[in-house]
Amino acid sequence: MSYIPLSEKDKKEMLEKIGVKSIEDLFCCIPENIRLKGNLNLPESLSEPELLEYFQEKGKKNSYEQYLSFLGGGAYDHFIPAVVDYLSLRGEFISPYTPYQPEVSQGTLQVIFEFQTLICQLTGLDIANASLYDGATGAAEAVLMANRIKEKKRLLVASNINPEYRQVIVTYTKNLGLELVELPFDQAGRIDKKSLEAAVNAETSVILCQSPNYFGVVENLKVLSEAAHEHDALLAVLISEPVSLGWLEAPGKQGADIVTGEAQSLGLPLSYGGPYLGFMSCRKEFVRQLPGRIAGQTVDADGRRGFVLTLSTREQHIRREKATSNICTNQAHCALRATIYLETLGRQGFKKLAWLNQQKAAYALSQLTAIPGVTRKFSGPVFNEFVLEFARDWKGISQKLEEKGILGGISLAGHYPGLERCALITITEKHSKERIDRYVQALKEVLK
Amino acid sequence: MYPNDFYYTKEHEWLKVEGDEAVVGITDFAQKQLGDIIYVDLPKPGKILEAHQTIGTVESVKSVSDVYSPISGEVIQVNSVLAQSPDTVNKDPHGEGWIVRLKVKDKSEITNLMKAADYEKYLEGLEH
Repeated sequence: MSYIPLSEKDKKEMLEKIGVKSIEDLFCCIPENIRLKGNLNLPESLSEPELLEYFQEKGKKNSYEQYLSFLGGGAYDHFIPAVVDYLSLRGEFISPYTPYQPEVSQGTLQVIFEFQTLICQLTGLDIANASLYDGATGAAEAVLMANRIKEKKRLLVASNINPEYRQVIVTYTKNLGLELVELPFDQAGRIDKKSLEAAVNAETSVILCQSPNYFGVVENLKVLSEAAHEHDALLAVLISEPVSLGWLEAPGKQGADIVTGEAQSLGLPLSYGGPYLGFMSCRKEFVRQLPGRIAGQTVDADGRRGFVLTLSTREQHIRREKATSNICTNQAHCALRATIYLETLGRQGFKKLAWLNQQKAAYALSQLTAIPGVTRKFSGPVFNEFVLEFARDWKGISQKLEEKGILGGISLAGHYPGLERCALITITEKHSKERIDRYVQALKEVLK
Repeated sequence: MYPNDFYYTKEHEWLKVEGDEAVVGITDFAQKQLGDIIYVDLPKPGKILEAHQTIGTVESVKSVSDVYSPISGEVIQVNSVLAQSPDTVNKDPHGEGWIVRLKVKDKSEITNLMKAADYEKYLEGLEH
């Protein structure tokens, strides 16, 4: 798009054309007594170099890079190959607007189609959308989708999903007359089976779980899907660490009907919480209830392969008031990065990445729990995150570690009363043996 | 064209009364306007409908339209053929392409509907 400045001459011509003397005259219909007198209470404008300096100073406050970090819980510090930045910043791709017109947007549409294909392969389901805002809104969309399909008002949501996602689900469902039931967890850190059996009934639309869950524990999806299907409900599985899908069996192969989650792990920087990348896939029979847009493959008049948006009429064009959700866009650029990331790693590379995460986490877990006063909180199997329990409150330990340049883990105190002495620790491929050993040594000193 | 023993709505549904039950579909005019039908979203049997409430949706290559219930009643059967062959609505809108069978709640509501001759007149009005 061309940049069109507005000159004084243009202004004068435009005002003359519509027959008013000044811009002020355009606002004459607004009563005097409610009009702002004087200027807005804003600081003076800055020149470009001043503005740069201002934000550079702000940026220096971000001290994350100075620390050795073991934080995760929904935002993962994975290595991003340089090719992801290089390709995703090319002029053909970087645009503030996502053009969908097939005549001019074959590249964009092909990327979305490939992204959908990759999500289907990772999750083991038939069809995926062009992406959602993030994992939290994806979780909320999944329970609403299940409710549209099953038309039953009871929604079972595990208490061990990311607590911030749970808050978004509460917000989305608050005024819809739905019955949100929280499922407690057991000693293994998994959804408690007895409580689940008591909670699931004929009025249930969905069981929503996260795997690995917020405690890093892998859920038994087969058991959960059987419980759901026995009562004509759906199993929706939330994935906040998609790298785990290189190591674990795809949820769709274990009975999940909807899989949604956060794909920040796949080539997106931590970036102070966003923009992140939601994804969603489902069984083919539910395609008309899948929110968002879908790119499809077709042929043009000459029989050549091409891509178009498909099944999107419901959302945007002719039935907006009956749209399945309020998402009318996608995270095209973030999805592009995830696509480049996954296609760079390839099937074997992605498996190896997942293996590295799991192996390093197993090493860290064994070393950390060998320290007196440190125990593993939950007995369930883990991928690259786990909860440790300490002899005293985590808060004090965490502060002492920070003084040693280590962000040791996420406190569970706020969201889980009773787990004040617990922390969630995350390991990725970036944690070399030396780094893990440094953490172990520091923790020993702090606990001495 | 339009069967004399059917009743019609302004939204182009037809209703055929059979004792205490009634069959609902969309008219030949409606299917022509929609074009090639690729999907029919059917309700679940047991669903209670008020008159003018949405029964389901009909999706064609160029549009998506709601189908409204001409009268109040309970859905007792849906045309499961449409799940596999939605184009049956195009081929035989007044016969094999029926959409749902209702148990009629209040027969007096039928007097609000048009007869074939009135519907044909109504269509003529739309063409001008």
